[in-house]
Amino acid sequence: MAKFKKKKKGGSGAINTASLPDIVFMLLFFFMVSTTMKEVEMKVITRLPEATELSRLERKSLVTYIYVGVPMRQYQRSHGTEPRIQLNDQFATPEDIQSFIAQEREAMREHERPLMTVSIKADYDCPMGIITDIKQALRRAQALRINYSARQGDDLAYNF
Amino acid sequence: MAKRDIQEVNAGSMADIAFLLLIFFLMTTTMDTDTGLTRMLPPPVLDDQEPPPPIRERNVFEVLINAQNQLLVERQPMALSQLRDAAKEFIENPLNLDHLPAKEMVDVPFFGTVPVTTNAVISLQNDRGTQYQMYLAVQNELQAAYTELRDEISRRQFNRPYRDLTSDEQSAVRQIYPQRISEAEPRNFGGRN
Repeated sequence: MAKFKKKKKGGSGAINTASLPDIVFMLLFFFMVSTTMKEVEMKVITRLPEATELSRLERKSLVTYIYVGVPMRQYQRSHGTEPRIQLNDQFATPEDIQSFIAQEREAMREHERPLMTVSIKADYDCPMGIITDIKQALRRAQALRINYSARQGDDLAYNF
Repeated sequence: MAKRDIQEVNAGSMADIAFLLLIFFLMTTTMDTDTGLTRMLPPPVLDDQEPPPPIRERNVFEVLINAQNQLLVERQPMALSQLRDAAKEFIENPLNLDHLPAKEMVDVPFFGTVPVTTNAVISLQNDRGTQYQMYLAVQNELQAAYTELRDEISRRQFNRPYRDLTSDEQSAVRQIYPQRISEAEPRNFGGRN
């Protein structure tokens, strides 16, 4: 016992950890600023397709999202099991896209409007019919820059 | 007892609380680096617009995808794994074959006068029943064909891959291999809706 007491006398005091919270708060603020909350509540299932030649979408403020997929289980009773379009928080039809795009464009700053990009987040198993309808609607709405959302896959020498 | 020095408040648990918040934000937010294939849609066709002049057969690389996700390339069935090489051969026409696109001599900065298949167009058409993943895989392969060709020529000329070039050099390379993927007006040709 005496041994321990002696040691305590000679050692320096506890390390001051008062600045640790500051550091962690700094990290916290970094993440709060640089990340985004998931904005919309997903009502359709979008399992993104895979691709290898991807480019990144810069500048979130220029991007408008269109989700396509089979409605989630709790919505299947009211909206069926065929792939549907989701704009913001609602189910929609291809006819709604034109006004949706106009509305989104209105919300942008004027000089940024020509740079508007529409990102199509569609389930990999969708038939192309619904995608084609969306594309035609986007053409009519003059929203010509589009992005087929995909995730990085292995070499696609694939299953087809 | 009250006269004794006030002890320092123990702030040790502050770090724990901050970590907790940090982890909460890490879980609920997304960094969400959105990636995808970027494309330009053609402007809408007006009713009174004249149809564009026909393009000569040898300058078109026709890719069709049917509702069973099968490929028909230049009227021949093809596996997806061969599409990239076929597209590269079409774009480059290395042997100056007659059924592949005609070449024109073009002045390009950094390269001098080089033969370029200026009128080559890849035409992509799909059925309404085609699976989205298949469509995207085809788009991906065509994009990959262009990327590989551009990379090859960049390495030969500048000893660097295409993405490391300056924007002037990149636009010169793009002049040699301009990306022209055209999507035909949608048509329903076969199978389910």
